[in-house]
Amino acid sequence: MLEMKHITKRFPGVVALSDISLSLGNGEVHALVGENGAGKSTLMKVLNGVYQADEGQIFIDGKPERPRNTREAQRLGISIIFQEFSLVPYLNAYENIFLGRELLTGLGTVRYSAMRGKARAALEAMNVLLPLDKPVAELTVAEQQFVEIAKATIFECSYLVLDEPTATLTPLEVKKLFEVIRRLQSRGVGCFYISHHLEEIYEIADTVSVLRDGRHVFTGPIGACSQNELISRMVGREVTQAFPPKRPAETMSKEIILDVRALKFEESEMLAFQVRKGEILGIAGLVGAKRSESFLALIGRNHATHKEVYLNGKPCGISSPAAALKQGIGYLPEDRKKSGLFLPFSIRANIVISKLDTLKGMFGFVSARKESDLSAYYVERMRIRTTTDRKMISELSGGNQQKAIIARWLATKCQVLIFDEPTRGIDVGAKAEIYLMLQELAGEGLGIVVISSDLPEVVGIADRVLVMRYGSIRAELAGDDINSEKIMYYAAGGE
Amino acid sequence: MSNPDKHTQEAPASGSVSKEPSAHPFMEMAKVVVARPEFVSFLALILLTLFTACYVDFGHDGAARFLTLDNLTNITRQVAVAAILAVGMTFVILTGGIDLSVGAVVALTSTLMAGAIIGGVPFWGACGIALLVGVACGVFSGFFVARFALPAIIVTLAMMEIARGLGLLYSGGNPLPISFEYGFLARNLSVGGFPVPIPTLIMLAMFLIGYIVLNRLPIGRYIYALGGNEEAAILSGIRTRHIKMFVYVVSGFMAAVAGIIQTARVTSGQPNSAIGFELDAIAAVVLGGTSIAGGRGHIVGTLIGALLLGVLNNALNMLEISPYAQRVVKGGVILIAVLIGVLRKTGKK
Repeated sequence: MLEMKHITKRFPGVVALSDISLSLGNGEVHALVGENGAGKSTLMKVLNGVYQADEGQIFIDGKPERPRNTREAQRLGISIIFQEFSLVPYLNAYENIFLGRELLTGLGTVRYSAMRGKARAALEAMNVLLPLDKPVAELTVAEQQFVEIAKATIFECSYLVLDEPTATLTPLEVKKLFEVIRRLQSRGVGCFYISHHLEEIYEIADTVSVLRDGRHVFTGPIGACSQNELISRMVGREVTQAFPPKRPAETMSKEIILDVRALKFEESEMLAFQVRKGEILGIAGLVGAKRSESFLALIGRNHATHKEVYLNGKPCGISSPAAALKQGIGYLPEDRKKSGLFLPFSIRANIVISKLDTLKGMFGFVSARKESDLSAYYVERMRIRTTTDRKMISELSGGNQQKAIIARWLATKCQVLIFDEPTRGIDVGAKAEIYLMLQELAGEGLGIVVISSDLPEVVGIADRVLVMRYGSIRAELAGDDINSEKIMYYAAGGE
Repeated sequence: MSNPDKHTQEAPASGSVSKEPSAHPFMEMAKVVVARPEFVSFLALILLTLFTACYVDFGHDGAARFLTLDNLTNITRQVAVAAILAVGMTFVILTGGIDLSVGAVVALTSTLMAGAIIGGVPFWGACGIALLVGVACGVFSGFFVARFALPAIIVTLAMMEIARGLGLLYSGGNPLPISFEYGFLARNLSVGGFPVPIPTLIMLAMFLIGYIVLNRLPIGRYIYALGGNEEAAILSGIRTRHIKMFVYVVSGFMAAVAGIIQTARVTSGQPNSAIGFELDAIAAVVLGGTSIAGGRGHIVGTLIGALLLGVLNNALNMLEISPYAQRVVKGGVILIAVLIGVLRKTGKK
């Protein structure tokens, strides 16, 4: 039994956690939900020894403990798997699993075959098969996650924390993950499960706790509280519907903005599709369907072997993302931190970067006035919550960072905007705002492409859906055909 | 919709963006200054100056030698070459790159310039040749870094060897002396009655240019963006290859300017001069608080870093510390200053 009692954690100027008491039994799956910034990750970092609680205490089987770092937490049987994996990409699965805890011979050399055998046994115990000898960079995200779990549980682990484990998984892989969690559960491992996907929580968790603004607002068995009640507890207000109603198909324009007549890159079939004026085109598929890769090839970020693209009926060559933007095609990357944000920059500088050329004043200098006007306009329009846009972007929550990135691309006045996983890892409230924004943009006549692994999201917002599998387009769905079952059927290989 | 200035008109008069807190403007400003990474070096510079002044000037005989206008301007003359190299180095390091070739480019441009003067080219023409050669070296490095994504440390190491070799080939390994009158660029200019070394003025001009480019022009922002997150910069439509080319060209240009001053100071082209100058330049940039990983830093910090190195040299000489021990001290100062900077940063988090 793991208990946290009256945990309080303060940072300069804020109380991140205020008097939180939670417990986790052996073999229990305890879901932890709340908007971004509610304190879930901070709480887990206290548990993990990354942060020290200012007040309160952790008890393990009734004994007070105070882990001062990750290693001590591990020794107490607590392991955390964060959203960003901590695997070394060039090492293979078993080298990663035993990293820092290698099995050694008497001479101090590494016992590779013993490590390989134990790793395989551990993975088999989870009923997982994966290539052990490949560098983990070549594994799928789901496989990497299983390697992480094996790494966390191969030595004594009684309490496992999973932070948004399904954010990048396909539905099939989620199923597999749940199977693994249930096996761990039957071995007596207790799990804190952090997720924004409420449907999943109802499937896997025994207990659910809600945090809001660093306070503990609810704990109860999962059956005691409906999904809508849970959401209203998370946000502190009633959220009736996350998706705005779709516009009727008859009112939609048939005019084509972007006509991709031929697009092929390594590992893909010949692709052809169109983006219409004023529509939201959803791109669905499982991981490995090469959705992002297709659009990176389209905008000239990755090499394409064939490319024949027409914009507003005129042929256009797109040699680089800069050229794509110039012609009005923008791509918002899926990984905010890795390829979207300029972390050393302020919010303002992040928003205006793509438009600096047009903000020149005297002598070609960047005009501070024009810059602040442009930024203020988009902070207002995107409802970015901040006291001033001169704050560092790193100080914002994930949802607000995402809004700032969207603002950057909106400012470029593109005709076609490609959003890659626009709501990954952001909270319910911000998600709803982004959906509304996408629809507004479509309503203004832009062509919006949304690549998403979140099925309800695609179903909820897309006017038309392309289903991809292994680098080819398998189906085009519209109207009532847009539902989870149909999309999954084609994504999983149905004809 | 296509009018980019439309935002300006649409922007609400009072948006949700409030102005900075204005309770105690002076305290706020002081806080910001203290938090800056180059503050450590700035403090070290002040303390070192005060200490040396106390020790040397108010010591045994009471005659001021350190804290005199003469000595202080002399220090700026001494640091000018390294500081100008550091301007270019700041550009390169901000993108996450490095330029090891600048010392060799100083020697090459200086040798070619002296050769040109000896061959009858007028002085300013020879300066032009030096600048062209410096820019060409930058284009060479920039091409391989930008086009083929080779590691900057390798490309500029190769450039360093090539430039050094070309200088030696051209001069046959011998210094090329020029007439004493061509040394006027190293002398003083009377500014409002005060004698100011011309190298100091050129150095300040280069810092001013660097400041404007980095802080006022769009390309400056792109340089920071590239160093901060290259993938995001590419996807945001920044032509990162052009930017990379640009920073190495700036570095080559600055090396040529430094080479011209170097030539004037020694009134000759020395193919074996300026060895290790790239390390002084890197030290100045790093002391100035610029992150070696790119994306963070400020050119004013670089000026402070260069001055700190200059004052340190000068002070150690006055304190009659052996030149061998001086290098040990210099190494220690670099390490400690950067360490304090890092500790301050991690301490804040």
